Amino acid sequence: MTTTDPFSSNALQSTSFDAIVIGAGGAGLRAGLLLAEAGHKVAIVSKVFPTRSHTVAAQGGINAALGNVTPDNWQWHMYDTIKGSDYLGDQDAIEFMCEQASHIVRELEHFGVPFSRLENGKIYQRAFGGQSQNFGEKQAHRTCAAADRTGHAILHSLYQQNIRLGTTIFDEHYAIDLLHNDGGAINGVVTMNMQNSEYQILQSPHIMLATGGAGQVFRTNTNASINTGDGLGMVARAGYPLQDMEFWQFHPTGVAGKGMLISEAARGEGGVLRNAEGDAFMKKYAPNVKDLASRDVVSRAIAIEVNEGRGCGPNKDHVLLDLTHLDGDIIKKRLPGIRDISMTFVDIDPVEEPIPVFPTCHYMMGGIPTNINGEVLTQNAEGQSEVVQGLYAVGECACVSVHGANRLGGNSLLDIVVFGRQAAKVISEKLSDNPAQDLPQNQDSLHKVYTRIKNWYNASNRKHGSTDDDIYKIKHDLQRIMEQGCGVFRERESMQKALGALPAIEERLERVGLKDTSNIFNIERLAAFELENLVPIAYATIASALAREESRGAHSRIDFEERDDDNWLKHSLYFYQNRQLDFKAVNLQPKSHEPFEPKKRVY
Amino acid sequence: MKIIIQRYNPETDRVPYDELFEIDDAQIQHDTMLLEVLLMLRENDSTLAFRSSCQEGVCGSDGMNVNGKNHLSCITPVSSLTQPITIRPLPGLPIIRDLIIDLNLFYQQYQSVKPYLQSEPLDSEHEHLQTPEQRAQLDGSYECILCACCSTSCPSFWWNPDQFAGPAALLAAQRFVIDSRDIKHIDRLQELDSPTKTFRCRHIQNCTDACPKGLNPSRAIQELKSIMVKELP
Repeated sequence: MTTTDPFSSNALQSTSFDAIVIGAGGAGLRAGLLLAEAGHKVAIVSKVFPTRSHTVAAQGGINAALGNVTPDNWQWHMYDTIKGSDYLGDQDAIEFMCEQASHIVRELEHFGVPFSRLENGKIYQRAFGGQSQNFGEKQAHRTCAAADRTGHAILHSLYQQNIRLGTTIFDEHYAIDLLHNDGGAINGVVTMNMQNSEYQILQSPHIMLATGGAGQVFRTNTNASINTGDGLGMVARAGYPLQDMEFWQFHPTGVAGKGMLISEAARGEGGVLRNAEGDAFMKKYAPNVKDLASRDVVSRAIAIEVNEGRGCGPNKDHVLLDLTHLDGDIIKKRLPGIRDISMTFVDIDPVEEPIPVFPTCHYMMGGIPTNINGEVLTQNAEGQSEVVQGLYAVGECACVSVHGANRLGGNSLLDIVVFGRQAAKVISEKLSDNPAQDLPQNQDSLHKVYTRIKNWYNASNRKHGSTDDDIYKIKHDLQRIMEQGCGVFRERESMQKALGALPAIEERLERVGLKDTSNIFNIERLAAFELENLVPIAYATIASALAREESRGAHSRIDFEERDDDNWLKHSLYFYQNRQLDFKAVNLQPKSHEPFEPKKRVY
Repeated sequence: MKIIIQRYNPETDRVPYDELFEIDDAQIQHDTMLLEVLLMLRENDSTLAFRSSCQEGVCGSDGMNVNGKNHLSCITPVSSLTQPITIRPLPGLPIIRDLIIDLNLFYQQYQSVKPYLQSEPLDSEHEHLQTPEQRAQLDGSYECILCACCSTSCPSFWWNPDQFAGPAALLAAQRFVIDSRDIKHIDRLQELDSPTKTFRCRHIQNCTDACPKGLNPSRAIQELKSIMVKELP
């Protein structure tokens, strides 16, 4: 087979926009909507059709202190989020998010989101883990829900509003790498049209990454197969750091052995976790809020129950989520989606029988470091934070950081719309002062991308291309390494072993061949690009986790069981290019509210 | 287990052809989904092209025609299918490669019904109020995931995909016609009132039979027609 060179003309077609958003989930679509509304020429690039984005799978809801069910104000939400983050969250960012929440939820409602309703016609709000009234006193009902399809309802409504404005969307276009100008400012991106493998340069002085999570780096996860951390890979290759990558949330209630998510809403509506003895064990771990403790606490409790031999099933490898004591009509009305999932995948109707569950990798708290305006940050030679010109990141791919060491349920949907809107606002203001112009790309940065793309065209001719190794095997091995070395519980030895196994993965990736040489929807080549993004994520995760000698939020070390604020109340920054770790301070200075001092975290 | 998959790559094939795949029964459990089988097959033949993403029936990527009926492969247990399992792309739209079809006409029809809320402007201090009963009206229509299983099972859509809106688009249209917050009720009905756009629906009910989410587009279209008959001059 001859090698097809996509660059025989050596010049890609380029198109200019005022702003480019990469990713069409909730964050990208909210941003695109604001930019289109403001009259800017905006393009959204997405490797899937927008409504296939993983936002669609969010079930439980979005937090806002509307006070529709229980008394509420946004400072209580702020407190809960900071406590939930195990004090690693930046308090200025959390303050901003919580203060904006009510506006943003009402705005979503105006966009058409079919929220469930209360008798008085207002938006329905349910109880969720870690949410309290009056700084930890009583359970709050703060999570606004559209049954248990809240993400679906929000994503579709945002897509629909973009249809109204005629936003340009390049769907099934894959963003490969960022380009910069001679001054180092990001000003373009090379994309591939998946349908025909046509490459092009989209250029703009404002490029926003909204590429979502990377849960595919772990074997068992609740993530869509598209969640391969593409934005993080681009940023890592461009020489910028990834922040707090040791913090991965394991959702307590993945369907055992499978990974589909059973929303926290199931516990919010009254569901209870039970072990093999039928004991509702959460009272031991969180005496006050029990099953509605925050996710890291519940995940660890389940793992301990199973490790200590009180697991259910023939292999004693899971626990049960019991909803059978609830009114069947409530389950059908409020939790129809999880009932579907349970009946489809384990043939269990939760109205009649409890669901087998076990913690599953769910959410990446870390990501591309940004400030409140979504501007990407790096560290300069003096160790100070500096904005990367032209680059923005929002949503799960970003680390602003509002989730710190552990995210509370209902805060991820909030994060994406709040910061998607804010970053777009900032870009829009900059464009009013300084309209976009055609910008030349630095030739070196262009050639780097050419080389990377050509590499996968030549892959079928590689010396080792005929071996029995392949992209899918390498990915499985990577996922297994991560799960065994850096799962719910971590310790030095197993992490060192995992880190030591990564160079071999990289080497195999350099030598492996592709069997599919087609230019039409070549999924194998796409998987190769994606795997090149997962590798830096694996490095960043293990290196940061190995360094952090404490237990905080989702990062739970057997060899360092306590939180250590003296040494570790700081963010980690991992630079993939030179495999180096750096740190920066946590922001403990909100703008209008008194700082919340770190204290012991009990539920 | 025997699986026959229709293959087609426009770079090398003049016409689609069938290929037989076999997979060891030991690899199949009683709860194995069809998508898992396809992923196993792709690990042996990386040229096998199909879309997939969420793997739990909410993103709508992996619609395909299985033993003559449209399904999402990720929520279809192979144990529910008679062998040999025959898989083809969703029918009626151009094939891009293997099981991947060109959905542009489907998306254009969706966009054509203005599937977005048009309401009284409100400031961000206020919600549109909607009673639980008004909200319950939307159950069964807002859950559509745009997988295209319905529209590509519809003969009226096969004949005129450029003119007939098709069940998915009409389900979305009905959702906004009945949303108590929407103020373009009559405008919407007038735009939908056309012999091709809405009234080409013959209520064959293939759409309802095909919907992997258990929705009933046929009933929604019937309701839409009856609202038009009642409310339009």
